[in-house]
Order: sequence, then C-alpha cells, then structure tokens
Amino acid sequence: MIDTFVLVIATVVAAATPLLLAATGELVVERAGVLNLGVEGMMLIGAVTGFAVTIASGHASLGIPAAALAGAATALVFAVLTLTLMANQVATGLALTIFGIGLSALMGASYVGTPVAPLPKLHLPGLSDLAVVGPLLFGHDALVYLSVALTIAVAWFLKHSHAGLVLRAVGESAESAHSIGHPVIAVRYLACLFGGAMAGLGGAFLSLSYTPMWMEGMTAGRGWIALALVVFGAWRPWRVLAGAYLFGGVTILELHVQGANGIGLPPQVFSMAPYLATVAVLTVISAGKWRGRLNAPASLGKPFRPSV
Amino acid sequence: MLLRIEPRPEVSRPFTCATPAIAMLLTVASGWLLFLALGLAPGETLYQFLVSPLLTLNGLAELGVKAAPLVLIGVGLAIGFRANVWNIGAEGQLTIGAIAAGWVALAFWGQEGLWILPAMCVAGMLGGLAYAAIPAFLKTRFDVNEILTSLMLTYVANLVLSVLVFGPWKDPDGFNFPQTKLFSESAILPILVEGTRLHLGALVALGVAVAAWLLLSRTVVGFQIEVVGQAPAAARFAGFSGKRTVWLTMLLGGALAGLAGTFEAAGPIGQLIPKLTPGYGFTAIIVAFLGRLHPLGIVVAALVMALSYIGGENAQVTASLPQAATGVFQGMLLFYLLASDFLVRYRVRLLAAERKLVTAS
Repeated sequence: MIDTFVLVIATVVAAATPLLLAATGELVVERAGVLNLGVEGMMLIGAVTGFAVTIASGHASLGIPAAALAGAATALVFAVLTLTLMANQVATGLALTIFGIGLSALMGASYVGTPVAPLPKLHLPGLSDLAVVGPLLFGHDALVYLSVALTIAVAWFLKHSHAGLVLRAVGESAESAHSIGHPVIAVRYLACLFGGAMAGLGGAFLSLSYTPMWMEGMTAGRGWIALALVVFGAWRPWRVLAGAYLFGGVTILELHVQGANGIGLPPQVFSMAPYLATVAVLTVISAGKWRGRLNAPASLGKPFRPSV
Repeated sequence: MLLRIEPRPEVSRPFTCATPAIAMLLTVASGWLLFLALGLAPGETLYQFLVSPLLTLNGLAELGVKAAPLVLIGVGLAIGFRANVWNIGAEGQLTIGAIAAGWVALAFWGQEGLWILPAMCVAGMLGGLAYAAIPAFLKTRFDVNEILTSLMLTYVANLVLSVLVFGPWKDPDGFNFPQTKLFSESAILPILVEGTRLHLGALVALGVAVAAWLLLSRTVVGFQIEVVGQAPAAARFAGFSGKRTVWLTMLLGGALAGLAGTFEAAGPIGQLIPKLTPGYGFTAIIVAFLGRLHPLGIVVAALVMALSYIGGENAQVTASLPQAATGVFQGMLLFYLLASDFLVRYRVRLLAAERKLVTAS
C-alpha cells in the first residue's frame, strides 16, 4: 500500500515538473509585462534539441543545457519581434508556437523511435535509502530538483532582490520605470530569454525523463496548460508550484482511473481531464471570490517604446 | 550618421499592402537556406514547393480545395481579431461542426434528397457555433481568457471525434479502421470541375468572403467591431457593447469554422476520420494576418497557404521532405510579416542629414 502510494507520488512529481519549469519561466516573463504565448513551441524546440544533443554526445549533462539554450534562442526571436519591432504579442506568440511545432518535427524526424536512457535518479547516500521519505523526496532526477530550486530562486528574486523589484516595476508600469531610468526593454529581453530557457528545460524533461523519447508534438498542450497555471497561480511562484503539482495529480489520477476503469468508458474520455480541468480552474479563478486577489501585472501585453 | 525611428502619424497604406509580399520573399529566401542546410537542391525543391502545383489543372483545383476552409475560418477569425477577440480554437469548432454534419449524414444514410446537404451545413454551423459559445460565455460572464479556453477545447473536440470514430460511429464493414461509413451520394458536395476534387464549398467560401467584406465596410455592426477593437473607451462612450461584440465575433467565427468542417467531411474526405485537417484551424490564424484581416486579402492569403500545403505534399514525395516543413514555412511567413509590419507603423530617418539641414539654414 505504502509502496504504491510512493510510486504514485513519484509519477505525480514527474508529471508536474515540465509544467512547473515552463510556468515558472512564463511567470517571470509576464511579471515583466510581456505575454509570450509561444511556450508550447519553445518547449518542443527544447525537447528535440535536448534529445538530439544527448544522443549525439551521449551525455544528458550536455543535452539539458543545450535544451535551455535552444529555448532561449527561440524566445529571442519573439523578443526581437515584440520588443524591438513592436509586433503584436499575441500574434507573435502564436507564430512562435506554429513555427516551433514545425521546426521541432523537422529537426526530430530522424530521431523518431530512437531510444534514450532516461535521466538517472540521483542517489543520495543515506537519505535515498530512508523508508517512504527516501524515495518520496530523494529519489528523483536532477531536473526535478532543479525545477523546485529554480522556483524558490525566482520567488526570492522577485520578492527580495533589487533586480526583481525593477522587473516588477517594469511589468506594472513601463512608463514610470522608464522615467526613473530603468532599462525597460533590456529587462524585458532578459525575462523573455529566461522564460525561453525554462520552457526548453521543461521540454527536455519530457523527452529525456518523462517519456523518454522524441515524438512529434509530444508536449500535447502542456505549454498552454503552463500559461493557464500562471493565471491560476495569480502570478506568484508558490501558487504556481502548487498548481503544477495539482495538475500533475490530475494527469496521474486520470491514468489510474483509466486503468481501473470499471464502467467501460472509452479511454479518450479520461484524456480530456487535464484540458477540461484547465478550463474549469480558469473559470473558478477568474470568477467568484478569488477574483479580487488576482494580480495580473498592470502592463501585461502592452507594448512599450521609450519616447527618447 | 544616426538612425531615428519614429511612429508614423498614420499607418502607411503602401506598406500595408507591400509587407505581405516582402514577407513572402524573405520566407522564400529563408527556405532556400533551410533546404541547403537539409542537403537538398534548393532551386529544385522550391520549384516543387511553389511552382509545380500551379502547372496542372488538378493542382489548381487542389488549390481551391485547400483554400476554401482557410478562407472560411480566416474570415471568421479576422472579424474577431479586429475586435481584439482572440478565438484560437477554430480547429476544435471545425471538428465539432464536422461531427454535427456527420451525424446528419449518418442519420439519413442511404436516403436521397436535396435537403440533406443544406441540413448538414446548418448542423455543422450550429455545432461550431455552440462550441464557440463556451469560451464566449466564459469570457463575457466570468472574464476567462478566451485564448486559453478555446485552445483547451480544441484538444477536447479531437478526443470527442476520436471516441466516435473508434466507437459507436465506426463503420462495421470498415475492417476495423477508425472511420465512419462513407457518406451516401446526397451527403457529398457536388464537384465543380469534372475529374478534380474542387467542390461547391470553394464557391461558398468566396461568397462568404465578399459578404464579410460588405459587413465590415458597409454596416454599423462592422463599424462597432472596429471601434471596440481599436478604441475600447470610445466604444463605451458610444454605447457599443464589448460583451455583445465578443458574442457576435465568437459565434460567427465558430459557425464559419463549423461550416469549413462540414465541407471537409462532405467534400474531399466523404466520411469522418480521426484527423480531419492538417491543422487548417491554426493555419487560418496566419491566413487572417497575412490577408491584413481584410476578407478579400484573406482570399489571396488562403491561396498562398494552400500552395504551401500542396507544395509540402509534392516535396514530401519528390524530395522526401517531412510534412512538418510546411509548418516551418508558415511560421516563418508570419514572423516576417509581423516584423515587416514595423514599416507600416514606424519610419526610419537619417538623423545626420537632418542636422546638416539645420546648420545650413
């Protein structure tokens, strides 16, 4: 019983990690006042790059940074278009997703069906061998810990660091931030690159640990769910963390209910769960008593061009 | 010598029309480099991609077959985009529309009657409309972001279709393939050009584009959509309702996507299968922008995108290029378009030249 419980929790963590990485990245982007809808595309580019580099070099330790770089490079395209050339952020984000789906499929065509060794679980002497707590807390791979560490880092950065304060100022009122001398565009560029790198890492987790293999369109809407998680988390890192794990739970619950399906429902009905859950959660969050507590950055999605 | 970038007082009309051409040229140039990188002969592959489909009657007819759904969806989306309503779930609305139309076709399978096709069209449009009503309701009632909900519902729609064609609607004589029975004769769209797949739907799409143009340019409703999108505050002063505009544009977009789904099922496919389109619902977003959100521009843009689909299929056969290359081209085209739109709204001036003028005077 306890073993099953531990196993289930481990799968929940695995399902939550790509969402957490991508959503935390997007949170920083949105706190800087930029709406990048291309998360799905950046995740796919990261997934295929991480996979290809790992296969070519034989080292996931090279594949993972490559995935982050590829995600950041994809985000750079978005940043140049929206921040320098003032293109519509919604349209550019959609273009990034369409482009990312196509390019990743093109890059990955020769890797379909290639197996890869999943990321090793870190073994901490002593800790990992503890009963229950060991496998629960200390039996995951490096990206899982990295995702939590980065979320903590982002939470600290936004709340306690001077740079984080500047970033929030840029996101709340670009004009005011500019007028007291903060480099609005540069801050937004950096935020976009960070968001891209995080989405890339999320993708790499899918292709190197979760699946582990490369498939066309393997993110299956996770980039969009990550975007929804940022709204769900009211632009706060800790709530995004909770949301990611909640969604990981929904995904796994779906698999288990599907497995123990006694009522004879078609499996596709259960596959709808994460998408319907997203719609339901967004509705609950946007309506009702939580409404007042939503704190979307005031400049979110608004283009800014320094007047001088 | 310094460059100064300044906003134009008004958008540049010449550039508004020129940027799609600039974007297409840049895309072709990038395609050349991409093919080189993939180790393909760029000239030959581009010829397969862009020119060869235009050389045969069948190729031209296919252009119409593929442009028809793109026009229908693109026009619907463009009307929404003009009002700042971002319905990106057209693919799902198309799917539900096709399911509704397919339900009519299967319910009256084997029967004859001129009323069957119109009934399918009505069912398809109602299906798409009803599916678009969900994000519209959530948006107007609870202020839920329509981008995310409409997209999430697309995944759900595809799963609904999958449930049906793998389950209750599966053709019992279909060797267990996930597909419905082939629709009977009276549920299939008439062919316009004998020997090709060009169907009546292409004409309807053209008619819809013209009607949408008239709606936007000649009616108060069109004016309201424009004002709500460009100046929400002014729209409130004028008493134009933002919520009504959301409802109107979402339902219109959904109905047109549903009609496109009906035409796919009753036209080139002739039954329901798990994957109805190669992503027309998403490509139509690009079509809408490439056509400058103008219904007639969208017709031209849809033909260009249809060409990229057919070219992609040709290059798949002749140069064994993966189908995904089409998506790369489409994404690049939209990037270049959005980038070159900078020229529509801003102008670049040489600062040094100006300073000289000042000194001279």
